[in-house]
Amino acid sequence: MAQREPGFETLAVHAGSPPDPTTGARQTPIYQTTSFVFDDTEHAASLFNLQVPGFIYSRLTNPTVAALEERCAALENGVGATATASGHAAQILALFPLMSPGDNIIAANKLYGGSINQMGHSYKKFGWGATFVDPDDPDNFKAEITDRTKAIFIESLANPGGVVTDLEAIAKVAHDAGIVLIVDNTMATPYLCRPFEYGADIIVHSTTKFLSGNGSSVGGVVIDSGTYDWFQNDKYPSLTSPAPEYHGLTFAESFGNLSYTLYGHAVGLRDLGASQSPMNAYLTLLGIETLPLRMERHCANAQVVAEYLKGHDAVSWVSYAGLKEDKYHDLAARYIPKGAGAVFTFGLKGGFDTGIAFVEALELFSHLANIGDSRSLVIHPASTTHRQLTEEQLIAAGAGPEVVRLSIGIESIDDILADLAQAFDRCATASSG
Amino acid sequence: MDHDTYTDDYIRGILRETRTIGLVGASANWNRPSFFAMKYLQTKNFRVIPVNPGLAGQTLLSETVFGSLSDIDVSVDMVDIFRNSEAAGLVTDDAIAIGAKTVWMQLSVRNDGAAKTAEAAGLKVVMNRCPKIEYARLSGELSWNGFNSRVITSKRRRM
Repeated sequence: MAQREPGFETLAVHAGSPPDPTTGARQTPIYQTTSFVFDDTEHAASLFNLQVPGFIYSRLTNPTVAALEERCAALENGVGATATASGHAAQILALFPLMSPGDNIIAANKLYGGSINQMGHSYKKFGWGATFVDPDDPDNFKAEITDRTKAIFIESLANPGGVVTDLEAIAKVAHDAGIVLIVDNTMATPYLCRPFEYGADIIVHSTTKFLSGNGSSVGGVVIDSGTYDWFQNDKYPSLTSPAPEYHGLTFAESFGNLSYTLYGHAVGLRDLGASQSPMNAYLTLLGIETLPLRMERHCANAQVVAEYLKGHDAVSWVSYAGLKEDKYHDLAARYIPKGAGAVFTFGLKGGFDTGIAFVEALELFSHLANIGDSRSLVIHPASTTHRQLTEEQLIAAGAGPEVVRLSIGIESIDDILADLAQAFDRCATASSG
Repeated sequence: MDHDTYTDDYIRGILRETRTIGLVGASANWNRPSFFAMKYLQTKNFRVIPVNPGLAGQTLLSETVFGSLSDIDVSVDMVDIFRNSEAAGLVTDDAIAIGAKTVWMQLSVRNDGAAKTAEAAGLKVVMNRCPKIEYARLSGELSWNGFNSRVITSKRRRM
């Protein structure tokens, strides 16, 4: 009687992408269209009133983008998803149903530098506050929560430091305060970690990274667990009080646990306009098909590289949770047992200038500001992605002057190691000559 | 049947054999969930007959509202209950009395005693679900808004 639950690898290939109902096309078609015709005015009215599902305009929903949304929701075991133009847009869209001017979030201080900028500076323009705390102690979040705090925001596996976050403990802090936990799961991907299993309420991704997997398409997604009871308190009036522009409809009443995702489309994308393009959604769907295979190789290669660097004379430290002696090894064993991801940092003896010289000496590694590509990538955060941070923020974010970040690709491991070795040699020659 | 989960085949079977639905707790207010469900199910060629003693005799979405299930003058396949869990007990008794084949209780409505009674009388029971959402989920329409239908298939999708 029980229904078979498909495995993760099956979902990665199939979820959201049954054959096209009209043509039978097996691969999900790219619906490259702005708009969709109405059957008649009554149909149009039903669509605008959210009474029947259907397509109006690709800023709101689009069949190709919807396939990506369902795929992502299925991989995270959520109820629904809202795809966005980028990972940054996903963060705004995730908060939009929750926040009003004067509200704030408590975020980890070990986040992608761009997120710290977005939350610390640009959110102020919406009247949103952000307080950053060290996520290693869950009580740090608790200490900062006020009655205007609407969410805790963390990365499951933090960029760039290889920091593993104690999801279950932080989820408890959030729920004790009656607020939601938002987890950026970009670095771990649902293949390594599924944060809803540990109490997260909402997940965001930059799909630009491992999900698309080949550096072709910028995109993001917000996924709702569907398990948060919006009516448990009066913190989220966007969902629990009548919406004037929908003639007094109350989202959480009319749509239950679908309301957060529906709000993300019907209000969030409608008004912020940060929709994902059908072409990007298509390329990301193609990428996700091989996510499990790629992550296996990404992690295996990263583990070998981390061990190699650990034993190298020119390296002062390696921050990779897959290493036995790493500070986060126990948390990694609990939350990401299949592998500690493919993005991590290490410290070069010699500091800022050596960091720049090392990055420039690499040949196979691409020097660029992205992660999660099939190609191996390198960056010196202090001089690039994190350069807008203060020195104090740099160190808190694990991006000090001696730090190099690697995103290990799926090339032959011998070639990756050979490239690192020649770069070390060239740096050594340069500094001794 | 534990009524915590239902297989897709069970739900699909009910929706396929149902043509006429008695909707108890109908509302004339367009933004109430029962109005949404009625309007949507009508577009899927179900005949939905609204039941609400306070609105008896009025017309709602082209259908006459009845004061009770027993007043309905055609045969009803399924009774869809938009009432609280306790009230669902008496509605279930009425559903059995009029010969309905299925009792369906809406999201957050669950009455295990009533379910037992209905099953003993040969009816199928669904609780804590919405037929609009289930129809949209199984037909693929729910996926249009980015929802997880939990349906994996390499056949063209149909209800």
